[in-house]
Amino acid sequence: MKSGYIFGLLSAAAMSVALAGAASAQDKTVKIGAIYPLSGNAASAGVHGKAAIETAIDIINNTHPELGNLPLAKNAGLAGLGGAKVEAIFADNQGSPAVGQNQALRLITEEKVVALNGAYQSGITLTASAISEKYGIPFVNGESVAANLTERGFKWFFRTTPVASDLAKIYLDFLKDMKAGGVKTDGVAIVHENTEYGTSVASVISSVFKENGLSIALDIPYSANTTDVQSQVLQLKEKKPDVVIMVSYTSDAILYAKTMQSLDYKPPMLIGDDSGFSDPSFIKAVGKISQGVFNRSSWSVGAPGSPTFLINEMYKKKSGGDDLDDTSARQMQGFFVLCDAIDRAGSTEPAKIQAALKATDLKPDQLVMGYKGVKFDDKGQNILASGLVIQLQDGENYVPVWPKDKTKTPPVLPYKGW
Amino acid sequence: MSSILVQVIVGGLLLGAVYALFSSGLTLIWGMMNIVNFAHGDFVMLGMYVAFVVWTLLGVGPFVGAPVAALVLATLGIIVYFGLIRSVMKGPMLAQILGTFGLALLLRYSVFWGFGANFMTLPENLVGGTFDVFGIRIQASRLLAGVVALLVTSGLHLLLTRTSLGSKMLAVAEDSTAAQLMGIRPDTMQAIAWAIAAGATGIAGALIATFFYIAPTVGETLGIVAFVTVSLGGFGSVPGALVAGLLIGVIESVSAYWIGAVYKDIVVYSLFLCFLWFRPQGLMGKS
Repeated sequence: MKSGYIFGLLSAAAMSVALAGAASAQDKTVKIGAIYPLSGNAASAGVHGKAAIETAIDIINNTHPELGNLPLAKNAGLAGLGGAKVEAIFADNQGSPAVGQNQALRLITEEKVVALNGAYQSGITLTASAISEKYGIPFVNGESVAANLTERGFKWFFRTTPVASDLAKIYLDFLKDMKAGGVKTDGVAIVHENTEYGTSVASVISSVFKENGLSIALDIPYSANTTDVQSQVLQLKEKKPDVVIMVSYTSDAILYAKTMQSLDYKPPMLIGDDSGFSDPSFIKAVGKISQGVFNRSSWSVGAPGSPTFLINEMYKKKSGGDDLDDTSARQMQGFFVLCDAIDRAGSTEPAKIQAALKATDLKPDQLVMGYKGVKFDDKGQNILASGLVIQLQDGENYVPVWPKDKTKTPPVLPYKGW
Repeated sequence: MSSILVQVIVGGLLLGAVYALFSSGLTLIWGMMNIVNFAHGDFVMLGMYVAFVVWTLLGVGPFVGAPVAALVLATLGIIVYFGLIRSVMKGPMLAQILGTFGLALLLRYSVFWGFGANFMTLPENLVGGTFDVFGIRIQASRLLAGVVALLVTSGLHLLLTRTSLGSKMLAVAEDSTAAQLMGIRPDTMQAIAWAIAAGATGIAGALIATFFYIAPTVGETLGIVAFVTVSLGGFGSVPGALVAGLLIGVIESVSAYWIGAVYKDIVVYSLFLCFLWFRPQGLMGKS
């Protein structure tokens, strides 16, 4: 009895060793570093980004024939690498450019990742990608919009999102259209947080607007970590601009919404540039007192049963019920483009991945996002990125409202607030 | 004076009262035992979450949330005193700093783990909305926080200067060995000081939650302000923290309005450093 028990135990152990050996020979994994703000003030955005990457990995590593032409969905793993699985090594940038840079270094030298993805805040993408450039490791970014990221002559940095100049153009065309319809858009105020993201987006919007004869009447920079925004709201209340454009992260966007209500200030038109205003926790916290705020987006859930709808359902299981928002969807798109390039490269050699990224040519039906496609220029910027204007009409869900030919619902003015 | 400027100053005063409210607990701990509690901002954060939980479970506002937060935090204060502070006080200064700093991270990431990273808020009209006084907008929730700040700071001040409990606590703070010879138990007094300080901080958190966002990292943002308020007011001086809080609130508001929001910290901190240059003990601290 006793010897039989021991024999059984031993043979079970031997079998598990044999199985484990066989499994590791077959399942080569491709390690990708993913740097996100998992703690610190932007943790809410980082945690949603992480859920988006995990959803992408589920789609890549398992068979999902229902997702149409989305690359890597049909079969399990990366076909170009013999069905190798993709693994993301998450690293926390803590909201600090220095930490983000250290994490990039650690992922490359210690975790031996083949490529990097991230890092949400433009200011951190800036420092982290400088490390990957130095080590010759591809870095694909799906969400940071500061213009200068692709103006540094980097050879290993690729970006799929529309950038500041694209969205400035979207806002400009939108405002021109509104003006043609009789809406007053002459005095524009920009309120922006003062790190890389807010500063660069604000300066690009100002220069694009000025080139087209729209002047910026008021420019209010502020620190996103602030405890109070009453003075900024009072400045707006005094100057009475026709249009207020806000470039904010989540915590400050929430403070602005609350303060505008308590000081009873409603601009005739309010545009919140993505980030903070797209964060699901912004909508849950203050959506009801921010009704009518405009935003930009390249993401739309789509009709029930469509690939984007199914992806959103998968994402909700990982995010604790939150819908996929524009920022997280852009992060997911960046990750897909990177994995698609590794798959086409058929190798984890950095130079081959780089060559495959340069050759990327994805069509609209191969994307999660509503871009016209993904194709990089010499600087690594996606030249086919585009977006829509959306509006938080009911305080709960953004609906696309512009351009007219792509949307069903017309924009509602003036800004309703609460 | 234009009505906008009056609004700026009123806003600054209300903001300053809140600064004073969440700084009083910090200054009390410092005055009692020369310990800088780096977990202070995270105590405020816990108070906010208690108010949030009370509202979610019972659907009631800060009138219940604040007392509950005071109780929860006071209990936590006693646990922290016996579990951590009593031992680190025997160690070098560095152990005290790192001990409370470690506690801050523990609290922050426990909440992070329990509640997630999402930003949350209490409903806007939980404390009577906003009213208009001759064109000046006053938010009821901020006014309530301001009034409670006055009550709590004067209460603490009276407790320390007018009661036998306060005298005993101060005696321990002055010379714990001598106090022990007089029959006062230093351990009990210091545990009470932690309970009171943490309880006051819990009330502050519960009230701030009615007009601020709630997130695990909010203690970082608020903690810095508390340290500046306490050092400007004079470490250990409860009325000093009140005056300093009001001062900082108004200076921040006015400079953000006149010079620009990005410059308000420069203005506040340069005035702060200049002031400490001439009076390092702070407004009402003992030299």
